[in-house]
Amino acid sequence: MRFLWFHLMPYPDLPADFKQKHHSVWVDIDPKLFDPVRAHQIYNEYMDELEYAAECGFDAICVNEHHANGYGLMPSPNLIATSLARRTSDAAICVLGSSLALYNPPTRIAEEFAMVDCISGGRLIAGFPIGTPMDTCFAYGQNPSMLRQRYLEAHDLIKECWQRDEVFSFNGRFNQQRYVNTWPRPVQQPCPPIWIPGGGSVDTWAWCGVQDYVYCYTSYYGHVSAAATMQGYWNEMAQQKKDRNPFRAGFLQFVGVAENRDEAIRLYKEPAEYFYNRSLHVDPRYATPPGYVTEATQRMKMKSQVKIAADRSQLFGSLQNEIAGILKEGYVVIGSPDEVADQLRAIAREFNVGNLLMLLQFGNMDKETTMYNTRMFAERVMPQLADLFEDEWEHKWWPKPLAKRVQAAPVAAKVAAE
Amino acid sequence: MSPSRTHTVEIAGRPCRVWEKGSGPSLFYFPSTALSLKWSSFHDALAARARLFACSLPGFGGSEGGDAIDDQLGWCLAGRDMLLAAGFKPGDTLVGSSAAAAVAVDIAALWPDLIGKLVLIGPFGLYDMAEPTRDIFALQTKEAPGVFCENPGAYSEQMAAPAGEEAILWSIGVNRAHEAAARILWPFGDTRLSRRLHRVTAPTLLLWGEADKVVPPSYATRFADGMSGKVSTMTIARGGHLVELDRPQETAAAILAFAQ
Repeated sequence: MRFLWFHLMPYPDLPADFKQKHHSVWVDIDPKLFDPVRAHQIYNEYMDELEYAAECGFDAICVNEHHANGYGLMPSPNLIATSLARRTSDAAICVLGSSLALYNPPTRIAEEFAMVDCISGGRLIAGFPIGTPMDTCFAYGQNPSMLRQRYLEAHDLIKECWQRDEVFSFNGRFNQQRYVNTWPRPVQQPCPPIWIPGGGSVDTWAWCGVQDYVYCYTSYYGHVSAAATMQGYWNEMAQQKKDRNPFRAGFLQFVGVAENRDEAIRLYKEPAEYFYNRSLHVDPRYATPPGYVTEATQRMKMKSQVKIAADRSQLFGSLQNEIAGILKEGYVVIGSPDEVADQLRAIAREFNVGNLLMLLQFGNMDKETTMYNTRMFAERVMPQLADLFEDEWEHKWWPKPLAKRVQAAPVAAKVAAE
Repeated sequence: MSPSRTHTVEIAGRPCRVWEKGSGPSLFYFPSTALSLKWSSFHDALAARARLFACSLPGFGGSEGGDAIDDQLGWCLAGRDMLLAAGFKPGDTLVGSSAAAAVAVDIAALWPDLIGKLVLIGPFGLYDMAEPTRDIFALQTKEAPGVFCENPGAYSEQMAAPAGEEAILWSIGVNRAHEAAARILWPFGDTRLSRRLHRVTAPTLLLWGEADKVVPPSYATRFADGMSGKVSTMTIARGGHLVELDRPQETAAAILAFAQ
């Protein structure tokens, strides 16, 4: 089992009456709510937390991309990843990911990921999300009807950037470049492992299977509502006659660990309720612009049980926002180390998932609590689960770093003075 | 209430639908999303005194191929090809509504000798940051009827699946039509029409519902000021953006009077 410590970098100071006085945390969140001085503090604390997770022994530390978003302060995850690459030594650096269709030309992603892979010595996991409609279509103005086509073309171009050993031209439908020549090139050959975060699109499952990529279901609504989606993914793999290697799949889960359940509820109630009340207060108008959901997925959702889960996760309706409901629905797995380990083992086995994306910081959780949660998980939960699947299956989608890597070496003051 | 004939024309290799009804002078109509999905009393009102050809642009109701068009030139070429395939003759009248009107007016700009008279109903195409058009793709389902129409029931009725239609297929067709409109309009800037509008020389009727909540009626002045031909403007009382649904008889009468 691989554990990835995932940070969303939420803005922690949304007002208590945010839900009543503001209609969305995303797209048109009030710019006046943002305090750059506070951001100076929290960016540094959040990066401390990521580095701490690496120190605690998590297999990877993970960042992602959002725009105009009050729960995700990383418009450019690659900026954070570059710093993490310098300040950590062994953990994989998972950028889950960069939204390929937003960049013109997408060769920029090929270049930046190659930089992270070089700086980290081959520790990059390259995440290629299509991106949410809020990020891509509304905040960045991409046409929802063309987004997937742009994405697929950008993917092809980036792969060529990494794998061709010659200067070439690219004459695509959306991107034309007479000279494509990516410097630097990634350490990992033929390319870093590619993981695809998704929300339950039939087309994404099929594409992951064809490309042999890892699919990560990145819902914020926990394991209870995820069963139909994960089953749909594995059904697609079966149709494509793929093996059931659990390392093909990733699953995101909020977790809070403490000595016992009561203590866990005391510690994590406020951050959880903050997240599900304020951070996820998204105007549903932005959830389904026309063309974003493919016709194949529309048909599937209208016909199958996945519709129930999809409605819940995409329309931001009928959410639980008090701790009792949050726990009942499994948005957050909470309890003693043994209780959490038992639940995660059951989830991993039920969903056949070998990569758990752990959200151990959420909402307005402070640095001290986050580090406590991280340490408790690393020391008392992870060891109980670390061997799961490892004897039975090879993880073919994990980074292959250089055996001998250079570490960050601060310049001595006297040398700098000279 | 139905068309007399349904034609299928091939646009860039994909089938597109043309509904025909009536006799008299030819009138070619690019309907918006809602009016492309189902025949309406507005269609009948036009067909009562003209030979109506309702042409669903690629991706709109009954037509395929919207997903193959990437830019405004592509839409203009598809629209022109569709008109010619449907029998449009130089000098005929073209009516465009809402998103489809943004294509109609650009066709008149690119091929000024083709279009005899032009009618634009609540057209998109221009954009004023000081008075932006409504983002019609960021609406909750329940609020759409009241945004598009003064009589929300008229919109709801138009968008409801016809009896006997499989709900899934109808819903996918509706989504596809919305997608085609989004493909034309997203992200709601000027379609670059402002650079070409002066090339429109055809006599033009600008029709607006006086309570249009999507494209403010003040845009009529922007359109009129930019065109080179004779322009008349008419606002229709108790009409919203889809004034064809709110006031079908008055809207059709205004068009027929202008065309004849």
